[in-house]
Amino acid sequence: MSSTPIASPARRAEVVRPRRPLITPARIGVYAFLLSTSVFFLLPLYVMVVTSLKSAAEVRQAVMFAWPASPQFGNWVEAWSTACIALACEGIQGGFMNSVRLVVPATLLSVFLGALNGYALSFWRSKWGDILFGIMLLGAFVPFQVMIYPLVAWTRMGGFYNTYWAILMVHCIFGMPVLTLLFRNYYVAVPNELFKAARIDGGGFWRIFFQLMLPMATPMLIVATILQVTGIWNDYLFGLIFAGKDNYPMTVQLNNLVNTTFGERRYHIDMAATILTSLVPLLVYFFSGRWFVRGIAAGAVKG
Amino acid sequence: MARSARPRRVNLALHAALLPLTITALLAYVGSVLWSIRISLSSSKLFPRDDWVGLDQFQRLFETERWTVSLQNLGLLAVIYLVGVLVLGTLMAIFIDQQVKGESWFRTIFLYPYAMSFVVTGLIWQWLFNPNLGLQHAFRALGWESFTLDWTVRQDMVMYAIGLAMIWQGSGTTMAIILAALRGVDEEQWKAARLDGVSKPRYYRSVVLPQLGPAFATALTLLAVALVRTFDVVIAMTSGGPGDASEVPAKFIIDHLFGRNNIALASAASVVMLATVFTVLAPLLYWRAKAEARASAGH
Repeated sequence: MSSTPIASPARRAEVVRPRRPLITPARIGVYAFLLSTSVFFLLPLYVMVVTSLKSAAEVRQAVMFAWPASPQFGNWVEAWSTACIALACEGIQGGFMNSVRLVVPATLLSVFLGALNGYALSFWRSKWGDILFGIMLLGAFVPFQVMIYPLVAWTRMGGFYNTYWAILMVHCIFGMPVLTLLFRNYYVAVPNELFKAARIDGGGFWRIFFQLMLPMATPMLIVATILQVTGIWNDYLFGLIFAGKDNYPMTVQLNNLVNTTFGERRYHIDMAATILTSLVPLLVYFFSGRWFVRGIAAGAVKG
Repeated sequence: MARSARPRRVNLALHAALLPLTITALLAYVGSVLWSIRISLSSSKLFPRDDWVGLDQFQRLFETERWTVSLQNLGLLAVIYLVGVLVLGTLMAIFIDQQVKGESWFRTIFLYPYAMSFVVTGLIWQWLFNPNLGLQHAFRALGWESFTLDWTVRQDMVMYAIGLAMIWQGSGTTMAIILAALRGVDEEQWKAARLDGVSKPRYYRSVVLPQLGPAFATALTLLAVALVRTFDVVIAMTSGGPGDASEVPAKFIIDHLFGRNNIALASAASVVMLATVFTVLAPLLYWRAKAEARASAGH
């Protein structure tokens, strides 16, 4: 595109050339593409924010892109604390609390187990471990529809279906393949001499893990935490099936608020609730930056 | 390290540590898959039954119109979603890689929807596609009278609407994966190609893209897994409608497990999904392993 046939002094030009100062049609094309794509990605966010600040009358006027005459922050308060979901008019604050109560322990537990598995599988090689690892590799690809009924039946038999413990366990189960693989791949790259030295110093299985390998994996711990916090926060299906009404996470409450309300749809309240629900993962994304991207690549390793 | 060299205490610790993994792998993964297969061969309705009915449930499944519609919808969605995300994601990565100003802004903008849940994605796009209050009306009000965007109320277009929402949500990940791979491409190749008078589009087509095999395989596996799981976005956006025009296999299974109390039929459907995934995935994983082996051998 921007390449011009270059004559003999090319090599010198190559050295001296600063970073493409020219305004060429190709450069304009590049920016035009990037800017119009940006509009496609930002438009829904803009519409969501604008709608959440409109009054009911302004929503009915249907000028979607218009900025509200006077921003109604009351919509957010209403969505948070008084909007009706079926018969209960307490907003989605309960869902928020449920999600927090679930995300924190589920993340800690699943990340810890992932690190432990990865450590045990890469430094303490055993035939049994290799078999388990093979199962986990395939397990990452099992569509979870296949596992839902058996898990429902077993938690029911165990007497804790539709409870907090069921949903906590389910998140640990479904997080395990990715996290195990993540930490195993991380620890495989650690020089084995380090492990041997720790062994010679008399370190046992747990001591080497807690004092050496766990702290050493801090970057992976951050990546895994981001992965789990956003993943568990954004989960809808498992929360719907396993958590029970009292523990419905925010995503389930949000969908109920929007899609099972009787009478006239109140889009301004719906959009306010939608923003509130996506706030946590968005904040994680904006503050974690490159760590978030590393999580994608790491998660993609297994699929 | 040889096994016999380990003290028994250590072996005990190792097996204790692997206990959660063992239970998860054997019970939750292997056990549940086997049990689902078993139930799909029985006549279970609301509760599991111990009888054997052979492949009756599978026959009934493929005689159920809602299931065949669900499969067709997923097939169509696969084409829309995979092509859409791969093309858009790759283009975004290539254009960002042109030493543009504000690169990190563009990256942030393209990737942020991925932080949103599928429920949120579905709700936003449901709102945008609302024929009376959404984009259609907004553009008409701005003077573009003939503008039509009523996909979510049209049976023949609703899957495109869902596909578009999913492309919006997921393209950033492909962009991130491809961009990382592009940064690993040796720049000397471009210098050589340019001296030969090769244009930039041609350089990307014939030199760069063929080197990105492993990255594409990675992106594709990620997308394929998301595709099979498609459920939340449909629930939030259309609830399967209009009619059953946006039914998908995951929703068929959940509905038959919980609403219609036909666990044998639902299990048969889930076994079909499992078989499909591994049939499609096996060559993909093989291809990726080969591509990676070739890439590492080249270094």
